[in-house]
Amino acid sequence: MNKQKFDKIKEKLRNSSVGIAGAGGLGSNAAVALARAGIGRLILVDFDKIEESNLDRQYYFLDQVGKIKVEALKDNIKRINSAVKVEILNQKLEKGSMEKPFHDVDVVIEALDNAETKTEFIEEVLLKLPDKPVVAASGVTGYGNSDRIVTKRFGALYMCYDEQAKSSEDDVLLAPRVCLMANWEADLALEIILGEDSGY
Amino acid sequence: MRSYWVKTVGIEVNGRKIDWVENETIKQLLRRMRYTFPLVVVKINQKVILRKDFPDVVVPDNSRVDVIHMISGG
Repeated sequence: MNKQKFDKIKEKLRNSSVGIAGAGGLGSNAAVALARAGIGRLILVDFDKIEESNLDRQYYFLDQVGKIKVEALKDNIKRINSAVKVEILNQKLEKGSMEKPFHDVDVVIEALDNAETKTEFIEEVLLKLPDKPVVAASGVTGYGNSDRIVTKRFGALYMCYDEQAKSSEDDVLLAPRVCLMANWEADLALEIILGEDSGY
Repeated sequence: MRSYWVKTVGIEVNGRKIDWVENETIKQLLRRMRYTFPLVVVKINQKVILRKDFPDVVVPDNSRVDVIHMISGG
């Protein structure tokens, strides 16, 4: 391993922060990936409680069913990397103030479920925090054909995108594809924070 | 040395070159492209256009338009 590169990355990540909107399939898995990578600070926003049906793809456990997602996620992260500063907001993101929790993070990850809310969130953050990098995902359903996933960049917006995937109303949500997208989002956040990997 | 100024009339939508139509709004363009997705983020030359402005914003000539389909699931 290239220790010099590793140390530089660890140092940079320790001083960086990511805000995540949603703590479901995308958000919980992206948060855990970033915590393992050594991100310094996470802001997690979600209003929901854990249901048993979430466990097919979300980073929670049977004994956490009924708990508030952001609280349980903070517990899980602390069991992996206690050095991460985790700030949680147990609230619904409301139209008109969706960008509020994310003013002072380096990167925002959109990890919401409903297409309408996703669109509103992206529009609002891009409009109100114009220079803030936003990583979003669209097309997380189904299985297989994962090489259709691409990163599309539009200015400060980075889309992790499979345009042929169906809506979750018409298709299944399963751990492999959802976790792929979540980790793709987390990886994009690293790339934004660290700059393109030069190999050294 | 002579320099040339070549006028091109056309726009690019999701990588596809199509004709430019004078005074065409985003709403009309989406209809022309047969994009029926209810939820899209539209960028013209890297600038995000809000959905509420789709009926008013006119697509300029030579512009690059990106239409992203937002799909439920997360």
